[in-house]
Amino acid sequence: MEEYFKPQPIKRPFLSKGVIILLILAANGIIWSILRFGFGLGAVTNLNNQFPWGIWIGLDVAAGVALAAGGFTTSALVHIFYREDFHVLVRPAIMTAMLGYTFVGLGVMFDLGRYYNIWHVPIMGNSNSVLFEVGICVMTYLATLYVEFFPIVNERFIGRVHLKGILKFLNKPIDGFLRFADSFLGKTMFFFIILGVVLSCLHQSSLGTLMLIAGKKVHPLWQTPISPLLFLLSAFSVGFPMVIMESLTASRSLGLKPEMDVLRKLARFIGPILSVYLAFKLGDMVIRGTYVYLNEINLQTIMWVIEILFGVIIPLRMFFWDKVLHSRTLLYIASLLVIFGVALNRFNVFIIAYKPPYILQQYWPSIGEISVTVGFIAIEILLYRALVMIFPVISVPLKGVSAKAKYAIRGVIQ
Amino acid sequence: MSQSRRSFLKAMGTVSLTAVGAKESKATPKNVVSDDRLGVLVDTTVCIGCRQCEYACKVEHGLPAGNIDDYSDRSVFETMRRPDHTALTVVNEYPAENSRQQSVTVKVQCMHCDHPACVSACIVGAFTKQENGAVIWDEGRCIGCRYCMVACPFQIPAFEFDKTIQPRIMKCDFCYETRTSKGLPTACVEACPTEALTFGKRYELIQIAHERIRKNPERYIDHVFGEHEVGGTSWLYLGGQEFLRLGFPDVGTNPAPGATEPIQHAIFKFFVPPVALYALLGGIMWLGKQSSEEEE
Repeated sequence: MEEYFKPQPIKRPFLSKGVIILLILAANGIIWSILRFGFGLGAVTNLNNQFPWGIWIGLDVAAGVALAAGGFTTSALVHIFYREDFHVLVRPAIMTAMLGYTFVGLGVMFDLGRYYNIWHVPIMGNSNSVLFEVGICVMTYLATLYVEFFPIVNERFIGRVHLKGILKFLNKPIDGFLRFADSFLGKTMFFFIILGVVLSCLHQSSLGTLMLIAGKKVHPLWQTPISPLLFLLSAFSVGFPMVIMESLTASRSLGLKPEMDVLRKLARFIGPILSVYLAFKLGDMVIRGTYVYLNEINLQTIMWVIEILFGVIIPLRMFFWDKVLHSRTLLYIASLLVIFGVALNRFNVFIIAYKPPYILQQYWPSIGEISVTVGFIAIEILLYRALVMIFPVISVPLKGVSAKAKYAIRGVIQ
Repeated sequence: MSQSRRSFLKAMGTVSLTAVGAKESKATPKNVVSDDRLGVLVDTTVCIGCRQCEYACKVEHGLPAGNIDDYSDRSVFETMRRPDHTALTVVNEYPAENSRQQSVTVKVQCMHCDHPACVSACIVGAFTKQENGAVIWDEGRCIGCRYCMVACPFQIPAFEFDKTIQPRIMKCDFCYETRTSKGLPTACVEACPTEALTFGKRYELIQIAHERIRKNPERYIDHVFGEHEVGGTSWLYLGGQEFLRLGFPDVGTNPAPGATEPIQHAIFKFFVPPVALYALLGGIMWLGKQSSEEEE
């Protein structure tokens, strides 16, 4: 098969106006992080005994996991369902998932009161606990993502490890290790790819089981026994929009031509998947009769309507419209709406819907909580930018690439 | 193209079936508790709101208790209070709906459920239900995730948000270490001057409670709160009016873990669903590889 596109490290200056803003936001987040670990959760967050979980769980963790779904959906599409035509999207998707899950892990560490006991989870785990399953799956999947990313590291550094000075003696062993890892992963990568998809299905759905135990504390609009299924379907729905959004953002920011043909083909999957999600969501509502709650106008019902209308129904219609698929701007907006809808769903389930029986003090995220969340996102974007400049992640047309860079590496999943 | 889309939908269907099938199966919670497990019967028609139990509890658990004379100040009843990291039990006052009582005072603490949500939820098993009925927290295991607080239907566990290092989950421990594991009554029961609190075996307390209702039907409503709520609790309450109007939550009689454990157990029963999904995806991948090699 003739390859037109080849992943290449992108050559651009790292700094730009946007990057400077992101650096400021990141620095602000880091300052608040120091306060959180120096003075405790109470000093930085507005969490209290009525609202034990805030946006660090609702957004950083729950929405973070959902929005990292681009990784497993794309790798399933390309590697398991053998759609080679989407190959150029795999590397960015895997890398974003890797970054996303890294920050999910960090978000958990920030939120845990006794973060230094995190190693208790694998050894003392309680198999009845939904959280235990989510925790173990996320940990394992994070490791799997690093393994899936490793061929890219190999491709970048095999034969090019040039450490200077006293570290010089390490050059040979490191190169040897990379070559060994390359040949090992070349033979076993299929195992990790399937494992990644299975683990994702498990914890994406279990994230939806998490709030079931809270029973009547969660508003009936969201408290449904099929919540795990809804979470899984919405994770499927948001995977491809994330890939499209990232691809369009990155090509704009890095001055590349977006791969509109591939993205358009990918976008055609989104409508049907979103329809299935919407059908289950509304079907569940009809069966349980929860539409009666929409008669009241309160924070919960307004948020529910926003979630369904702007997050599902409007983008669903858009993705079935040819004009949207052919317009870069409209495709971008439609993808952003799906992302917004799923992120808002997680936020709603974990924060808005949670109404404990006794409220002495309402919860509203503090400046510190928002700063850390924004800082995480900023650092994530900065790392994305840095990594695509270091590693061959984003595919660019082969034309204009110097002949020296053309090489084939055994074992890289192509 | 159509081939792979069909298989994709097929896989999605399988996953959905797995998830839907999960909620059909029933929970099988392990019951470690003894039939002779202990409990406390609270008679809210006898309680006078002296808050001696609050004082005794703080002293017993080494929490700052202040001056005992301050506990007779009834102005604290003006706002509803909840047990938290500074007080594992509190007494609240509610307007009485009958002429016999001026107001009703209700002691609140952990109910020590027979099927505790916190025990089921805890990621590291830091919560355990003891044979004698107590639900206790193990400081050595806790990672501070606060899922117990999300799970508890009575909204009991509290967290020391202000502590930087070793923050604790704070809740009534039924004086397990110091008293009830030795068969002794809890500190609050011992402190109660009006015998509003009765310590004993749970099944005997239920008999006593129904006996009291039978003898004084005009004094009590015919309901022992905690006998069936969330599958039964070690602490039981008698009241002269609807418990919802005494600050009790509307919890129903199904144990909270019944909502999640069947799903968890269905997904992880001998790891069949994950392994089946793995095999299915592996099969699809293999088939795809075969056909793509044929094309070449």
